[in-house]
Amino acid sequence: MIWNEEAECMDQKKREELQLKRLQTVVKRAYENVPHYKNRLDQVGVKPDDIKTLKDIEKLPFTSKEDLRESYPFGMFAVPPREIVEIHTSSGTTGKPVVSGYTRKDLDTWSEVMARGLTMFGADPDDIIQNTHGYGLFTGGFGVHYGAQKVGCTVIPISTGQTKRQIEIMEDFNSSIVIVTPSYGLYLAEVAVEEGLDTEKLKLKAIGFGAEMWTEGMRRELQNRFHAPAYNIYGLTEIMGPGIALECQEQDGLHVMEDHFYPEIIDPETLENVEEGETGELVLTNLTREGMPIIRFRTKDLTALRRGKCSCGRSLIKMDRITGRTDDMLKVRGVAVFPSQVEKALLKIDGIEPHYQIIVTRPQHLDEMEVRVETSPELFSDEVKELVGAKKRIENYIHDEIGLRVKVTLVEPKTIPRSEGKAVRVFDKRKFDN
Amino acid sequence: MKIKQLSIFLENRKGRMRKALDVLEKGQVSIRALSLADTSDFGILRLIVPEPEGTKKLLEDHDFIVKTGKVVAVRMEDEPGSLGKILGILDENDINLSYLYAFVAKEDMAIVLLHPENIEEGIGALERGGADLISAQEIYEL
Ligand SMILES: [Zn+2]
Repeated sequence: MIWNEEAECMDQKKREELQLKRLQTVVKRAYENVPHYKNRLDQVGVKPDDIKTLKDIEKLPFTSKEDLRESYPFGMFAVPPREIVEIHTSSGTTGKPVVSGYTRKDLDTWSEVMARGLTMFGADPDDIIQNTHGYGLFTGGFGVHYGAQKVGCTVIPISTGQTKRQIEIMEDFNSSIVIVTPSYGLYLAEVAVEEGLDTEKLKLKAIGFGAEMWTEGMRRELQNRFHAPAYNIYGLTEIMGPGIALECQEQDGLHVMEDHFYPEIIDPETLENVEEGETGELVLTNLTREGMPIIRFRTKDLTALRRGKCSCGRSLIKMDRITGRTDDMLKVRGVAVFPSQVEKALLKIDGIEPHYQIIVTRPQHLDEMEVRVETSPELFSDEVKELVGAKKRIENYIHDEIGLRVKVTLVEPKTIPRSEGKAVRVFDKRKFDN
Repeated sequence: MKIKQLSIFLENRKGRMRKALDVLEKGQVSIRALSLADTSDFGILRLIVPEPEGTKKLLEDHDFIVKTGKVVAVRMEDEPGSLGKILGILDENDINLSYLYAFVAKEDMAIVLLHPENIEEGIGALERGGADLISAQEIYEL
């Protein structure tokens, strides 16, 4: 089923007209009501009226997370405080958090986009959704909650934690859809097995997962352990929360709710927009938000956009799984290198685990990049000649991917530290060499 | 006539060979022969032990990568020129050798372990050439 066929399957030309109209309105509102945007646009000499086509969005300055922090707490609001009915914040682990404000209509939009996504997972009013996302300042809990209510599902607002209780409820209440972060989902499955629960008997319809970096391997694990398909939910607090893009049953990219959030991909180095299908940094613009319209927000997430008719029938553009963050970008001999590119190269070689480390040094005025890769039984040969050959092969694959010669060092298995969530993969030693 | 050999991957880092040997010592594995092929990047430690399968498992349990391969063992008089004679046999038969290592087993007797590119052809040539091939059992009992 499709929640909002008109919006989700709209003819592209018609959608672009809608997007342009909305963009013009939102830029005007931001310019007139948010001093930050007035200043920024004035600085570059652009007036809201200069937005005549969708491509004109490229004339507008970017908004960074720092911009949002500087306007803490309510500086980015475009409406009087009394019209704001709810507030959320980012985690704020580094410095002040980013505050996000919502009007009544913004909450309706949020419910709508999440309802579309949950419907993609197969949700309907008969479903019982166990929402393990935290309720509070974090957007995860409420975003899913609003969408599920809109669909008419029964929501169990259990939040994160109390893992044994979660399992009991899954069993007793017959939860049919569970919403998790990938790491909590895997933990939940582990405890379920320890508690003697047969996850196959749960008859789960779907798992929705988000709010963390993930890999296809993690998805497979979730699916195997819960015997249900797992779909990704993408979102960020600065723009709204979960619901910006979600996966349909194809599990091949996330449909971006582009009638509400306008996506662009830029080269994080040149800041120029890239061709469709090329990987770069995702930039998002709120097209309909009242409380806090954000223009050209640099998400720092790396992905690519792909237009094309999806087998699910939706015409909404798709974005790839987030493969990395621009924060991870390295400049080696003037070339931008992302760890995700190295990972991509390694995945092409049989018998290699995607556990690696990148070490950049500058021994004599010239950058050197070393990639440490764990050897595996498939890769290991008793003959020096062949092992050197395997090493060369990996070096060539990486060269093809990043355009730089690197030195590959084979290391023993399990010697590269594993860490939950974001592994530290890059060691840039150059700054200490001076 | 083929002897099972264990090859272990070692990264080029201080203490790695020691770690492997410690594991073997704790497992009370007696090493009959050992050689280390070393490059600037990594090493391959090759071992002949009485219980290759059990030893392989022991090392793998300690996260080492181990491969089982086969070599040929030839008994030599412990005197100058005896290794040359064996290599001569292989040469005359156009048999390429990947590597070899030798050790003195007891007084007046040395053993060379050979890894010809094609082990069957290697054995055939050595037998025809009159080399004194010995069995795995004989090595383990040394
Ligand atoms: Zn689709």
